[in-house]
Amino acid sequence: MVVTLEISAKEAVAEGVVALTLVHPAGARLPDWTPGSHIEVVLPDRTVRHYSLCGSRWDAYTYRVAVLREPYGRGGSALVHDTLRPGDRVGVGGPRNHFPLVPSETYLFIAGGIGITPLLPMVQQAELLGAEWQLLYGGRTRASMAFLEELTAAHGERVHIAPQDEVGLLDLGSWLGAPRPDTKVYCCGPAPLLTAVEAACAHWPAYTLRTERFTAAEQAAPVRDLPFEVELRRTGRVVTVTPDVSVLDAVRRVGVDVLSSCEQGTCGTCLTPVLEGSPDHRDSILADHERAANTCMFPCVSRSRDDRLVLDL
Amino acid sequence: MPGTAELPVCDIDVFSPAALENPEELHRVLRTAGPVVYLSRYDVRALARHEEVHAALADWQHFESGSGVGLANFRHEESWRPPSVLLEADPPRHDAPRRVLRDILAPSALRVLRAAWQRAAEELVEQVLAGEGTFDAFTELACAFPLRVFPDAVGLGPDGRENLLPYGNMAFNSFGPVNDLVRADAHRVAELSAWVNAQCAREALTDDGFGARIWAAADRGDLTQAQAPLVVRSLLTAGVDTTVHGLAACLYAFATHPEQWQRLRERPELARVAFDEAVRWQSPVQTFFRTATTDVTIADAVVPEGTKILMFLGAANRDPGRWDDPDRFDLARDPSGHVGFGMGIHQCVGQHVARLEAETLLTALAARVEHIELTATPRRHLNNTLRSWASLPVRVHRTR
Ligand code: HEM
Ligand code: FES
Repeated sequence: MVVTLEISAKEAVAEGVVALTLVHPAGARLPDWTPGSHIEVVLPDRTVRHYSLCGSRWDAYTYRVAVLREPYGRGGSALVHDTLRPGDRVGVGGPRNHFPLVPSETYLFIAGGIGITPLLPMVQQAELLGAEWQLLYGGRTRASMAFLEELTAAHGERVHIAPQDEVGLLDLGSWLGAPRPDTKVYCCGPAPLLTAVEAACAHWPAYTLRTERFTAAEQAAPVRDLPFEVELRRTGRVVTVTPDVSVLDAVRRVGVDVLSSCEQGTCGTCLTPVLEGSPDHRDSILADHERAANTCMFPCVSRSRDDRLVLDL
Repeated sequence: MPGTAELPVCDIDVFSPAALENPEELHRVLRTAGPVVYLSRYDVRALARHEEVHAALADWQHFESGSGVGLANFRHEESWRPPSVLLEADPPRHDAPRRVLRDILAPSALRVLRAAWQRAAEELVEQVLAGEGTFDAFTELACAFPLRVFPDAVGLGPDGRENLLPYGNMAFNSFGPVNDLVRADAHRVAELSAWVNAQCAREALTDDGFGARIWAAADRGDLTQAQAPLVVRSLLTAGVDTTVHGLAACLYAFATHPEQWQRLRERPELARVAFDEAVRWQSPVQTFFRTATTDVTIADAVVPEGTKILMFLGAANRDPGRWDDPDRFDLARDPSGHVGFGMGIHQCVGQHVARLEAETLLTALAARVEHIELTATPRRHLNNTLRSWASLPVRVHRTR
């Protein structure tokens, strides 16, 4: 399986925000995910951006992401807004989840701007679990805030909309109230908001606050779209991997067996030691530090960033 | 039963001693009958072909586990124990326990165990080989090895470990109908459950095992305090009998396929493939049920909302539509894609544990044993879910 998805729809969902719907080109199921997950999208300039999944996982055939046009510089969001069109294909990694929803009787969700995206499936989940929950949703202006109608129509009173031009900065202290042991606080948004929420939760019980930072966590160098070589050191063979095949399939074609199962980068079966080179990790399994170590990879989905990768096969 | 008129019907008792003793014949009948077969004895629809079993396993949206993965439908019947927070749970409740256990049992987290398990395997094999060279490979290796390494890895205390296999046997029987196999253990349910539940408490566990890590996750709020003991219980239920019979399947395969044993001896790195091929070939976990969340159409047949389907993993793993010469145990085959560990969000979270046990034991054996042969007909043990063994009498020839 090659992890390329097709854009099936693109729509404006707020001022400066477009939502993309992604499907498998052959109509296959997409890898399962949990609320808080993001996917890594390889843009036409081969840079990688992380976008939170904000659709429904009860629909196994589509992913939905929402992308804010960033005002300054960073080209990725402009490419999504100006260049990508329905029918285009993009490379995708993950889903990965560094922001999982843990069990709780009560949730307080705080979203700043486009930070609403990972929280959208979380509020649906909190609702399903029958938990008590409230959402505080801030943004510059009402028109810039995505999914307002969807949220208020479905959840009414639980959703507190706070556009800055109408009500000023979020009053976190009074909204959060007194610390409660039965509550988890989830926050996603720009750095100043996270800093403010961290300060406001400083006297809450440990592990109460869970945050996701929108950092420049994308991989440093652009992803390659050229063929690369994989040396199988133990077998003494070299195979060329073209963009249309997975490393796993390329290795199998020269008769080297690698045990696999899910072929989606989720089960861990095809784990392969890396001797040299740096993999372009696309799995859902490894933590960031494990990825950075470059000592192993999942060849069912992951690829190479360099001309040559050496595997212990 | 409405909506079954057009379906092929099978009236065989798929949980009868005859079917459990020799499931291959039943599997052939079911696969040949059609993609969906109505089992009139149990009023459920069965899937036995690889394509449909694989698809149903992956499709948690339409086939839920929360109503039980056995014949009993928790929508109408009470479970004999508090339901599992993994096996018998659906998203969103399944998410947190799954994530915690996935991280604790990930290949990278198991790396620290490899050296110790390798040593344990070598010691066990040396000890077994010190005897006459004839022994019961089921008890002496397949049972002994997991019981040496796994309970320690979980962090169990020394007492009562002999309860593990009987508890697992009982739990895996419970997914079938209330037949003689279930009734035979009825008098032990309370006692065995009480022992297992007691081992799941924080105080009962050492401070450095899987169990302690589960409780640590609860302390961080990643699980509730109520979920933690049930996640430990999942390890104790699903982690012992499965590997015992999985290893036995491997040993049986090699004892009956000497040329494959030679292959493994020449290329010990095939141990991983060998284990998965044995899991495909014997399917230690034979069956699981699901419940339709809505009317679901499979290959033109409708599975009505709220009714059960029975997925024959063992039949799918030998479907000639998916595998060449499926009845052959063959290390040259790529067993990737078998459903012996399931597929999708419930896919065996302990599969890397099972593979590590198998790899270390098989490697230790391959380095020391030239040849394994049966000295008598092996005996099966019958279980409603597990393809199990009672004895595997063998003679081994030590490497000179
Ligand atoms: C050869 C050995 C094994 C086999 C054949 C096996 C088979 C399976 C299968 C088929 C499932 C899927 C159940 C479903 O879809 O409803 C499963 C799930 C599970 N297994 Fe295993 N298993 C083995 C070893 C282990 C071990 C060693 C552990 C623990 C360390 C374990 C723990 C579990 C758990 C907790 C689940 C439930 C996962 C979930 O529902 O998310 N298994 N196993
Ligand atoms: S086969 Fe599952 S991670 Fe590669």
